[in-house]
Amino acid sequence: MKKTMSKTTRSNLITYLMVAVIFGIVQVMVSTGNLSSLLQGLLVPLCAYVILAVSLNLTVGILGELSLGHAGFMCVGAFTSAFFSKCMVDTITVAGVRYLIALLIGAAAAGLCGILIGIPVLRLKGDYLAIVTLAFGEIIKNIVNILFIGRDSKGFHFSTKDSMSLGLEDGGMVIVNGPQGITGTPKDSTFVIGVVLILITLFVVLNLMHSRSGRAIMAIRDNRIAAESVGINITKYKLMAFSISASLAGVAGVIYAHNLATLTAQPKNFGYNMSIMILVFVVLGGIGNMRGSIIAAIILTLLPELLRGLSDYRMLIYAVVLILMMLFNWSPKAIEWREKHFAKFRRKNNESTKEAA
Amino acid sequence: MSFISYLINGISLGSVYAIIALGYTMVYGIAKMLNFAHGDVIMVGAYVVMTAIASAGMSPLAAVLLSIVFCTVLGVVIESVAYRPLLNASSSLAVLITAIGVSYLLQNLALLIFGANTKSFASVVPVPALILAGGSLTIAGETIVTIISCVIIMIGLTLFIKRSKAGQAMLAVSEDKGAAQLMGINVNGTIALTFAIGSALAAVAGVLLCSAYPSLSPYTGAMPGIKAFVAAVFGGIGSIPGALIGGILLGVIEIFGKAYISSQMADAIVFGVLIVVLIVKPTGILGKNIQEKV
Repeated sequence: MKKTMSKTTRSNLITYLMVAVIFGIVQVMVSTGNLSSLLQGLLVPLCAYVILAVSLNLTVGILGELSLGHAGFMCVGAFTSAFFSKCMVDTITVAGVRYLIALLIGAAAAGLCGILIGIPVLRLKGDYLAIVTLAFGEIIKNIVNILFIGRDSKGFHFSTKDSMSLGLEDGGMVIVNGPQGITGTPKDSTFVIGVVLILITLFVVLNLMHSRSGRAIMAIRDNRIAAESVGINITKYKLMAFSISASLAGVAGVIYAHNLATLTAQPKNFGYNMSIMILVFVVLGGIGNMRGSIIAAIILTLLPELLRGLSDYRMLIYAVVLILMMLFNWSPKAIEWREKHFAKFRRKNNESTKEAA
Repeated sequence: MSFISYLINGISLGSVYAIIALGYTMVYGIAKMLNFAHGDVIMVGAYVVMTAIASAGMSPLAAVLLSIVFCTVLGVVIESVAYRPLLNASSSLAVLITAIGVSYLLQNLALLIFGANTKSFASVVPVPALILAGGSLTIAGETIVTIISCVIIMIGLTLFIKRSKAGQAMLAVSEDKGAAQLMGINVNGTIALTFAIGSALAAVAGVLLCSAYPSLSPYTGAMPGIKAFVAAVFGGIGSIPGALIGGILLGVIEIFGKAYISSQMADAIVFGVLIVVLIVKPTGILGKNIQEKV
């Protein structure tokens, strides 16, 4: 028993250490000027993507349900927190405090959405659940695009038509401007904050995985009926995993929103394309494997940028690489081939671990 | 009168969704995979027709036939190269992600060959518009052809599955792959045939869609693809009449939503109705409810 405990602790420590080492390498590269400004601009979104990948892995890998609406939760977190930051930019002048409150608000709003959506959705199974989460993601994006909120001395005004019909007084300010989104969010997100939030996300997810609740969630994934018959409350644990995953996506949204001068909800950043991209990170990295999600998110985010020299061909190559990686990783024949040719290494590894033990 | 005109437009759009949804539903029924690249095959089909008419000077009918053949071959190639090695993978998500990769690949190939600009697509339908009720109701030729093609395809496909040996083999494989193989059915061949039919239908849908909404870009297929997927789930995925009902309902709801509620909210309304239907009937309108056994 003690041995397995220490094994999970060691595995978790390796994951945290990996993030720290990557952070260190990036910091050294930035200070020595080896990182192009393009890649530097990508660092904060990259943190958001890593958090999204880890949080979606909680739904897909640990809960075992396919969700195609993860970007919707990110959207909720991004817009609520940007709304708050924009309203409070003059009231709370300390950026750190404002950011912290924005984070809590973003996470809470996304988590609440997760619960509201989860109650009906989690009754469905498999691909039906996937399509309904996709539908919710699209609806959230659609609603944000027709929402207009303004503020003047009388308080807040809402409209779903345009900014004129808000009826603002002179000096009133349009905060959410429909398809034009929120402009002028303070750019508070930094790479350091992003990495700290990645570590917190990992801490939450890894601890949940190895807790009593986490084991209950995994029992539901492996066999729902058996789990129910030993007295596990299915709805409670499913909702728990789903809403935690949603609120972590909200955190990613907060990072994402506070890195942009103008936040708009487009198909590219909050549509199903984004949800699918996060799912690609999760599946490529290994379902249920948090470390893999982080690595896959980093590689797949950097790949198009590193291929930029190939200009027009880069997305083509990205697609081919994606297909080949999937075939190599998952095809039963490729797995067989790998086991045959890499068996030597594996045996050596086993021997060395035996010696170590 | 505008109500009837919206209704007819809705049925026409729904017919296109239904034809695309057929491809989804058949592939899902037999291979248990969501073929995300299906929408992009539509786009490829439309580009083939456009190039054949504009560059090679073919007649519209010949161009459509060429496009059907091209997409059929494309579908079979995609299936054998990208999907077949993964159909027995330990996670069903693997083949889903590969399908997404294929979708990116087709979009970016089209982007390289034809450029990112939206091109206008000349309608290939020679049927003139039908003017009814003394000029107050005009039905476009494209609308008539779309609805008629949808009906013909539905009848043809139902007959094919019920009456032909290959159709029966499809039913058998979708029921139980292992047992079908033991009965001497060529499972891989049957799956390839399903992809071929689905892709041929996608080519038809692409031509009809672009004739009715005459613009074409590398991303044209993505949204109709997702909508058709929703339609397939709506009607009960795996069921052919379900695809028809789901597609037409979706088209009518979308057009009515655009006309009477808000054009920006049309997509949200479509997805909202889907959610309500699935919560009331979790396996879609015509989906079979499989009892779980312990």
